[in-house]
Amino acid sequence: MSITVQLPTMLARLAGDTQTLEARGTTVGDALTDVIARYPALGPRLRDESGRPYGFVTFYLNDEDIRFRGGFAAPVADGDEVIVVPTVAGG
Amino acid sequence: MTATGTEPVDLSEKRDDVPELSTEELQRYSRHLLLPEVGLEGQRRLKAGRALLVGAGGLGSPLALYLAAAGVGHIGIVDFDVVDVTNLQRQVLHGTRDIGRPKLDSARDRLGDINPHVQVETYETRLTSANALEIIRDYDLVVDGTDNFPTRYLVNDACVLTGTPNVYGSIFRFEGQASVFATADGPCYRCLFREPPPPGMVPSCAEGGVLGVLPGLIGTIQATEALKLLLGIGTTLVGRLLLVDALRMQFRTLTLRRDPECPACGTRTLHELIDYEEFCGLRATHSGAGVPEVSPAELVAWRARGDAIDLVDVREPGEWALAHLAGARHVPLGALSGALDTFARDRTIVCSCKGGARSAQAARQLRAEGFDNVWSLTGGILRWRAEVDPTLPGY
Ligand SMILES: [Zn+2]
Repeated sequence: MSITVQLPTMLARLAGDTQTLEARGTTVGDALTDVIARYPALGPRLRDESGRPYGFVTFYLNDEDIRFRGGFAAPVADGDEVIVVPTVAGG
Repeated sequence: MTATGTEPVDLSEKRDDVPELSTEELQRYSRHLLLPEVGLEGQRRLKAGRALLVGAGGLGSPLALYLAAAGVGHIGIVDFDVVDVTNLQRQVLHGTRDIGRPKLDSARDRLGDINPHVQVETYETRLTSANALEIIRDYDLVVDGTDNFPTRYLVNDACVLTGTPNVYGSIFRFEGQASVFATADGPCYRCLFREPPPPGMVPSCAEGGVLGVLPGLIGTIQATEALKLLLGIGTTLVGRLLLVDALRMQFRTLTLRRDPECPACGTRTLHELIDYEEFCGLRATHSGAGVPEVSPAELVAWRARGDAIDLVDVREPGEWALAHLAGARHVPLGALSGALDTFARDRTIVCSCKGGARSAQAARQLRAEGFDNVWSLTGGILRWRAEVDPTLPGY
């Protein structure tokens, strides 16, 4: 199963300057764990020390906020896209 | 409510004092009058419309210019800043001759030139929990062009509490976000981001930089949404989040739902405005929160007497390239936890950044890892520039 994880440019430098990462897993959490295993520096930017989502990084599975699909336990299927939306405040 | 089926919010219904347009105005707005979706009726609604811009900076510049040109009759602007040379790369509301002037003064001059039919109301103050509700109540909508988390949460909550739509835009480096929050049925900013990041975790544009044209892109999207709301036409970004990636030139919209647990618009347990500095964890950072601080003069003295000092600059790479203190080494805050083995326990560690907030956080982090002799340089490179080395460029 191949999932795509889309990073914003601000996090791409922690993932070998790539914004589009291939990942494996059956849930959003699995897919993120897979990506973090390859790019450990991403870990603390995507989830807290106990592995839970932060309130200031929102994850989308395709077009839907994962909080309405079971959070990190949201099931993913081949071809799905996980989009990382970090909070930014610039103006 | 789904995203694509969102009804436009018609703000003008509540007005019965729709103004007439003069001959000069009819000519001025002729390209609007030709649009069946605007026409004479719509243009009169715009003239009756009241928009409050929070911030006259990167986003506020195109917003103010286009809303004024479009004939929005009443434009309020909240800002307390002075035009600085570093603003001019993106803040097209202000010019080189305005350097040192209050932004509200140059905004008033520029908008008066673009469209003398517009009434500009200026508020030379920081938007606070004490004044936000009173200011916002006078307006049909608010456009958020602020540059910090506390004010963004303040604007959001004040909009939810007063039932005022919040046209949101936010930028960083090459990326931007836009949406419309706080309409009667739509989600709010807190539904998207439940809480702010801890101080220092997400760099600001002053720390990480921003492509000058990006606020132009996002600000004009906000202006478009504001005009649609005032006109009551089209499908707005209510219930949708627009993500813009200027580097890849990709636009994408995601569905936004009201969070049933949102304290502002869901459970509605938030009845009044709170202390937003505290909410964003900034009280602790400003005071240094128990981290020992060293002033520039003290650090100069320590070095002069030959202390073994590890001066660690925790800013972003672009900031380091722009200017850094002689003898410092560079470990960005985000990379600190991965670089612990480069620190020696028998040396004095002094962390530095731009203004002293991130270095205090780095020092706290190092202390938590068991380093005892850790200090934060008070006031960062800005104070160093003012007190020790004026040849360093400011930014
Ligand atoms: Zn909400």
